[in-house]
Amino acid sequence: MYKIAVMGAYDSIYGFAALGLDIFSVSDVREGERLLRRLAEGGYAVIYITEALASGLTQALSRYRGQAFPAIIQIPGISGNTGAGIAGVKKAVRQAVGSDILFEERG
Amino acid sequence: MAFTQVNPTRMELTKQKKKLATAARGHKLLKDKRDELMRQFLDLARENMALRRKVEADICAANQNFVIARADMSEERLHTALMAPKQEVYLDASRKNVMSVEIPVFAYKIRIADENDIYSYGFAFTSGDLDDAVKSLADILPDMLRLAEIEKACQLIAAEIEKTRRRVNALEHVIIPGAQANIKYISMKLDENERGAQIRLMKVKDRMLEETHHYSEKEVGYAVPLS
Repeated sequence: MYKIAVMGAYDSIYGFAALGLDIFSVSDVREGERLLRRLAEGGYAVIYITEALASGLTQALSRYRGQAFPAIIQIPGISGNTGAGIAGVKKAVRQAVGSDILFEERG
Repeated sequence: MAFTQVNPTRMELTKQKKKLATAARGHKLLKDKRDELMRQFLDLARENMALRRKVEADICAANQNFVIARADMSEERLHTALMAPKQEVYLDASRKNVMSVEIPVFAYKIRIADENDIYSYGFAFTSGDLDDAVKSLADILPDMLRLAEIEKACQLIAAEIEKTRRRVNALEHVIIPGAQANIKYISMKLDENERGAQIRLMKVKDRMLEETHHYSEKEVGYAVPLS
């Protein structure tokens, strides 16, 4: 049985505790990296991470990109949406198709 | 066309022909795999984008609700209210094989069956806004899990498509033309050797006939009286 974790600044994630998800409050990048590794090896199949924290952990995140577990999903934090999550989807499309033919901005 | 150095022998020719047949079959299969993966990927990517936009908007709305709830309560009270969650989510994760890509499938179970029984605090000391905030977050949990599933599948399939595309290109532009060039080179060389051998035999035959029958002497002998 797997668990679900939420990582990020406390203000952005404390609400998820009420749903029964495990919240891990981190703001420091190095600490985040250590925690991410611990969670990935510790039976968490889904890790939600705030976009603000994820922006400092790109290298660590790319390590888990090719594995089926854990699924690391970026979510917007309390300070608003940075667009990193959408950019991640576009990146996958670019990787697969060669260019972003689905969601490119039509100007 | 640059091709690797091969020995022009019949054995090598057979080997190269086999290689070409395998490569051609592999190329066709991989191309089919790529096309099918691409078809599935495009569907998934569209769904992924739509779901992500929805989840992000919902989370932002829920965050706003939490800000409002927080404005009404002291920090200690809020922490206490959310300290011991009532609800717990268990995730059952399995893998599904899509064109040799293992994508995760999540099924989740909640400890308390009643979806409305999520409030881990008494209502006396908390604001009503907190109830709304927790409810709004609880409502998007299924979508968030579906997003996790789809987004991971998208990432894995995208990586596989990239890999397959490279393989298809390598087969199409390097391996197959190389094998064809090798086959051509070997068959030309073998033909040339065969012609060489035939000419040599003809010459040997001529020489042997010459030694037995002395045609040239007779020719000369016959030619002399005429002149």
